[in-house]
Amino acid sequence: MTEEEIMRPENLVYKKPALLNDNPMHYCPGCSHGVVHKLVAEIIEEMGMEEKTVAISPVGCAVFAYNYIDVDWVEAAHGRAPAVATAIKRLWPDRLVFTYQGDGDLACIGTAESIHALNRGEHIAIIFINNAIYGMTGGQMAPTTLMGMKTSTCPYGRVADLHGYPLKFTEIAATLEGTCYVTRQSVHNVAAIRKAKKAIRKAFENSMAGKGASLVEIVSTCNAGWKLSPEKANQWMEEHMFKFYPLGDLKDTTAITEDSL
Amino acid sequence: MAEKEVVLMKGNEAVAHAAIRCGCDGYFGYPITPQSEVLETLALEKPWETTGMVVVQAESELASINMVYGGGAAGKRCMTSSSSPGVALMQEGIAYMAGAEIPGLIVNVQRGGPGLGSIQPSQSDYFQATRGGGNGDYNVIVLAPASVQEMADFVDLAFELSFKYRNPAMILSDGVIGQMMEKLVLPPFKPRRTEEQIQEECPWATMGRKKERRPNILTSLELDCGKMEQKNLHLQAKYEEIREKEVRFENVLCEDAEYLIVAFGSAARIGLKVIEMCRAEGIKVGLLRPVTLWPFPAGEIARLGRRVKGILSFEINAGQMVEDIRLATDGQVPVAHYGRMGGVVPAPDEVVRALKEKLIQS
Repeated sequence: MTEEEIMRPENLVYKKPALLNDNPMHYCPGCSHGVVHKLVAEIIEEMGMEEKTVAISPVGCAVFAYNYIDVDWVEAAHGRAPAVATAIKRLWPDRLVFTYQGDGDLACIGTAESIHALNRGEHIAIIFINNAIYGMTGGQMAPTTLMGMKTSTCPYGRVADLHGYPLKFTEIAATLEGTCYVTRQSVHNVAAIRKAKKAIRKAFENSMAGKGASLVEIVSTCNAGWKLSPEKANQWMEEHMFKFYPLGDLKDTTAITEDSL
Repeated sequence: MAEKEVVLMKGNEAVAHAAIRCGCDGYFGYPITPQSEVLETLALEKPWETTGMVVVQAESELASINMVYGGGAAGKRCMTSSSSPGVALMQEGIAYMAGAEIPGLIVNVQRGGPGLGSIQPSQSDYFQATRGGGNGDYNVIVLAPASVQEMADFVDLAFELSFKYRNPAMILSDGVIGQMMEKLVLPPFKPRRTEEQIQEECPWATMGRKKERRPNILTSLELDCGKMEQKNLHLQAKYEEIREKEVRFENVLCEDAEYLIVAFGSAARIGLKVIEMCRAEGIKVGLLRPVTLWPFPAGEIARLGRRVKGILSFEINAGQMVEDIRLATDGQVPVAHYGRMGGVVPAPDEVVRALKEKLIQS
């Protein structure tokens, strides 16, 4: 087959979502953000919500998410995205409103806003990128930094008596009456990416169906912050992060499963 | 013409009723004395069943102001109310609103400070309100009501100004105006804006991208310092336009006055009695009441300053607005201050005495 033959539209099996523009991403090679951005853009397109989406970006690496996905964006103060989303969704109930936040934003400085928006059952979706480190500011300790893990503000490793323990925010979210869907995913291989996409799609559908608040944690790599190659970062994540942050659904009140029938 | 709806109510209640009537889309608040009646009144009135206005009791003032930020970003008329310590907590959000040019209304029913302070009336947040309050070079449009009527009327005015200039606006009230009951004429009902009206009036709003336009992005962030300076220059030009066009004040018996009292809000109410008492003694005193604290009526004060023997800045604080009066008059006339702090509201005779001691006898 010639190149021209391969390039025919009917042979197309994959393409970049139109919502994902051509701006070069500032994310480091190997970082999970790029994959998650692509999934978000694909899902918005598949749901036909291009004209009805309002997204809220955090403070952290994803602050510039608005440079890459061509929907309307509000950039929130550090940690306040769920409060910003609360108002937008209440005032425009037919819009798809989601926040995209990192661990420092969501599970540290914005813990109160996150818990209360989820607990009020706001019909929003929260995408929670957990890479156990503050990436944007250069690799400081996060609320989710694992015990023993070295960062620039715990250079000898995280120890309980100095730094306390890593926070399992998603486990907390699952206990809240207002959440309908709480899940923990990853994007380190194709199978995981497919699962993560389904999870984000479900969270967005829940938002539009008015079923309550959804939280999708994506256990992610920060190979630059972790000081590992992209490949090693994925291995390290599988070996260490998944032990403390096991993947899978923690809560789903929307599903009709075989067990519940 | 429909008959005027004259009612008797607290200033805080008037704010709530005015919000429902002026097409406010969302109120987001957190309880704090002495302004909790705003949220309580809204909860009783259930405007979500009538006008469709959204009312949310937030988890903190931080959340409240960021809900206002989000709602305003989406083109909606949104407001919050609080009292001094709560408004201190909101400063981050207000700075972000100014930076991202998001409109919205903040009502501060001031109490004594600093810190947790007292729950009695004060005007000690003048600096915080008129100097920006948060980080960066910015200004908030500040209206100072001196009656329950103005508490109601300024809600719509603040929204109008806020959306006109895409800038946060504040009603700087205090525990006196918030808690006292007075007769007022309720403002007429004005419907909430439709989606089409918002699309037209707020083409910048983040309410879903229509195909023909680029995405709207509302942010205060710009890492390129050259671009950030341009953004600042744009903001400063806007503030200059507001200074030129939006100064509001009230003049009471100023034209024949030998001495001038400058007072805002509840202090101006006391000031009315003070000029009456002074004039009964044969001292010609006038009252200049700034209605907008920012932009400040510097021009009018400078004009009057050239005609009087002295100016007393009467504020319920340690002396904050007095600095703006001194800047406006630039050493051309003696300027003194009298005030009480911590929630103590001065009596008119104290102010008369202060005027004599600080300006007439000296």
